Amino acid sequence: MFDRRLIDNFDWILLAVLIVIGLLSVFNLYSATYTVRAFGGGQIVVRQICWYGIGFLILLLMTTFDYHMLNRVAYPLFFLSLVLLVAVLKMGKVAHGSQRWLSLGLFSVQPSEIVKISLVVILAKHFSEDERIGNYRLRDLVRPLLLTVIPFMLIVYQPDLGTALMLLIVSFSIIIFAHVNWKSIVIFVSAAVLSTPLLWLTLQGYQKKRIIAFLRPDLDPLGAAYHVTQSKIAIGSGLFWGKGFLKGTQTRLHFLPQQHTDFSFSVLAEEWGFVGSAVVLFLYLFLILWCINIARSSKDRFGTLLVIGVAASIFWHLTINVGMVTGLLPVVGIPLTLFSYGGSSVISTMAAMGLVMNVSMRRFMFQA
Amino acid sequence: MVWRSDSDLREAEIYQRRLTRLTVFIVVVFGILFVRLWFLQIIHGYRYRTESENNRIHLRDVMPSRGLVFDRNGRLLVDNRPSFILGVMPENIRNLDSLLSDLSRLVDVDRSAAEEKIKHAATADPFRCVHLKKGLSRDELARVETHMVTMPGVSIEVKPQRHCIYGTLAAHLIGYLGEIDKGQLGKREYAGNKVGDFVGKCGIEKKWHKYLDGTRGGQQVEVDASGRILRVLYQKEAEPGANVYLTIDKDLQMVAEQSLKNRTGAIVAMSPKSGEILAAASSPTFNPNDFAKGMDKRVWQELITNRHFPLQNRVISGQYPPGSLFKIVVALAGLEEGIIDPNEKVFCGGSYTFQGREYRDWKEGGHGYVDLHRALVESCDVYFYKMGQRLGIDTIAKYAKNLGLGHTTGLQLGDEKQGLIPNRAWKLRRWHVPWQDGETLSVAVGQSFTLITPIQIARFVSALCNGGILYKPQATLWIGRNGKKDLFEFRPEAAETWDVAKKNMEFVKKGLYGVVNEPHGTGWRARLHNIAVAGKTGTSQVISLPEDRETGKEEDIPYKFRDHAWFVAIAPFEDPQIVVAVVVEHGGKGGAVAAPIAKALLEEYFKTKVLR
Repeated sequence: MFDRRLIDNFDWILLAVLIVIGLLSVFNLYSATYTVRAFGGGQIVVRQICWYGIGFLILLLMTTFDYHMLNRVAYPLFFLSLVLLVAVLKMGKVAHGSQRWLSLGLFSVQPSEIVKISLVVILAKHFSEDERIGNYRLRDLVRPLLLTVIPFMLIVYQPDLGTALMLLIVSFSIIIFAHVNWKSIVIFVSAAVLSTPLLWLTLQGYQKKRIIAFLRPDLDPLGAAYHVTQSKIAIGSGLFWGKGFLKGTQTRLHFLPQQHTDFSFSVLAEEWGFVGSAVVLFLYLFLILWCINIARSSKDRFGTLLVIGVAASIFWHLTINVGMVTGLLPVVGIPLTLFSYGGSSVISTMAAMGLVMNVSMRRFMFQA
Repeated sequence: MVWRSDSDLREAEIYQRRLTRLTVFIVVVFGILFVRLWFLQIIHGYRYRTESENNRIHLRDVMPSRGLVFDRNGRLLVDNRPSFILGVMPENIRNLDSLLSDLSRLVDVDRSAAEEKIKHAATADPFRCVHLKKGLSRDELARVETHMVTMPGVSIEVKPQRHCIYGTLAAHLIGYLGEIDKGQLGKREYAGNKVGDFVGKCGIEKKWHKYLDGTRGGQQVEVDASGRILRVLYQKEAEPGANVYLTIDKDLQMVAEQSLKNRTGAIVAMSPKSGEILAAASSPTFNPNDFAKGMDKRVWQELITNRHFPLQNRVISGQYPPGSLFKIVVALAGLEEGIIDPNEKVFCGGSYTFQGREYRDWKEGGHGYVDLHRALVESCDVYFYKMGQRLGIDTIAKYAKNLGLGHTTGLQLGDEKQGLIPNRAWKLRRWHVPWQDGETLSVAVGQSFTLITPIQIARFVSALCNGGILYKPQATLWIGRNGKKDLFEFRPEAAETWDVAKKNMEFVKKGLYGVVNEPHGTGWRARLHNIAVAGKTGTSQVISLPEDRETGKEEDIPYKFRDHAWFVAIAPFEDPQIVVAVVVEHGGKGGAVAAPIAKALLEEYFKTKVLR
């Protein structure tokens, strides 16, 4: 059933990096929830370990088939994820003012996570099947853009602007990598810029507040600006060696909001200092570059684009999250993949990593 | 990449180039992040470290001041007073023992309870202030403040506390505050509130929550290691609540409550032309100030175990048989239906025999020959037995309901009960036995199953005065800030109109005038020498006792078996401006007990009216 060569080509380094990140994530979460473990915080660490466990299993599962099969199921898969997105709008559980979850009895599913993967797959398929290798004009992009916009609108409607924007960014990353010609990029960017006022109108109150808080922190001192201030203090006060495990005062004092999700990097930075945060940053950099390497040695366009899509997702999540907690970007509620707490995020990322592993394992295989 | 053909090779090159560019891009972005971290942690690290250790930035709520409550003449009834809370932050305590010794010297506080509280908080959340004692007196406050420098970790918090200036005055109407509960937190109306807020639980305090509450503000403050505020970084002002002006008159309300002292019952005074409530008293009552500071367990136990239910607002939820008050309904029904001829005389010898049973009149020897007018004035039971029998229960019930009894008035100030107007269908449904004709007789004199509330009868009598308009009773005159009536202004709301001939209403009204002013009128004790008063007495049976009850004196009968005393008053008769309804539970005879109370209220009302 399994070709010996597959096992020979198993990407141990990729697995190792993921395991290290997983361990760091769990330790960090332990610290972030240390003071509230009596109130359910302890659950978070246990759950994250479970998610990782399941995640690794799924990762292995994703390597068992030839990724070229995705080529055939791309559209049905995409369609299914759209159906789930619509379902969540109609029947989803409402939490924190938005509907993102579908309850399926034993566990809950977040359709937006599934869409992330299916969109990458379908875009990779589209661009890999096209005869040309670049220089797409705007009208060639109608289908990819349409494929992107539909789930984008559905997710925005939940409302979940953060995830929707990430979807958009990842999609554009793939599209740009597939090489659009400069003229189209210019037209597109100017169109995007011009439509910003329109976008502004569709933003919800609190989302507008966040952007204002970023540009003019003095106007909203009690809201998002406060969070970022606290985050910078936490990060900065880590100095070089950090304050030590479980000794982060900003964390212990609950000055940091969302310590286990959006601001989990700040917890790390406070406790492990520049050394710690640089190491983690480096780990992620390594992960992403390793993926690029896999893309480089992939034997066909489809594989390359798949991996690029996944790498783009990790890259942008990291950049935006770290940019946000260090005050370079406005607070947009994007957690750090694989580091922050979040079951569906961990699982879907591991699934995506499984695809990457899949491509990596088959780079020497010839298709019949 | 492994490619197989020339075009593939070209493709490969192109892709290689792109990947290289991508790698460069990624490394550059990461570089920026690394630089940013270096910037925060190394270059400005010490600044942040200082900020995190010595100075901390806290978010504090700025509580809005709650709107005040006034009477109709602008006299203050409810305001907010500062309440001082002794607090301790566990994290900042150096030596717990010496601190507790110091504190117990200065303030009256339970040392072991305090110690437990602090120890518990230290493990859970050491940075949250533990409240050791609420409501510090001025002396205690002064003592603690002077010694605070030597007691790190101790703080005084000032919180506003709701204060009813006159204690129990209009307690049921005004209502009390309590901690917000889960059910309220979920509702949109309470969107600006958080756990631990004190919000209105009943009465006006609850009804006008959205105006009284105001909007909380916030501060970003810098605090030092001891929790002392160094400076305020940013501030968003709180918006104070709006003030509520009630329709009641404070002096009238005081007279009403004084009249009910040591008694159980209710008084409501209304303006018949608009539905404004001029006074509403229910006894026994409670003190809302007990709630405002956080209810004491003992006081609460007393309140809920008291057999007379002090928390019940009898004005709207006290249901009693109307007694002879109901004769007004029967009279109107009879005149409208044409069944009663005002000139017809009926002989009353003290009892009425119907279907083999004897129905007594309250007056032993009877009233002699009476027509409708006399029957009302002297409250003759026999007359109404006869007329009630002629009308039949369903007709009586129909009129009673159309005239405003048997359903709620729409006051919307709490748990209003709708009373009970029995008819044949009701009896079958409720008791599964048919209506007995003899029961109609009891209903005609306001006994048996019939139940009314004071507010219902007040509204009913008001309609009689104003030509038949049933107004919705209201207790709020206007709401606004800074004297501007911009949030709410009272407007009379007519709920229904009677379909009764004017001349019939006039006839009955004249009968009510006679009750107070003519010889043998049962309501003579409500008579005023300068104002024309009309009214009706009522004595509703609590339980029918054996024959010898009639011969016994009132004082000899145990309290709980004594009848309820009713009186409704209208004044001045020519152009009624006030209607008063009084019910005294187990008070005995309406004329003897309730009428004088109504008179006291009318005296107060006209005294100030003349003066103003």
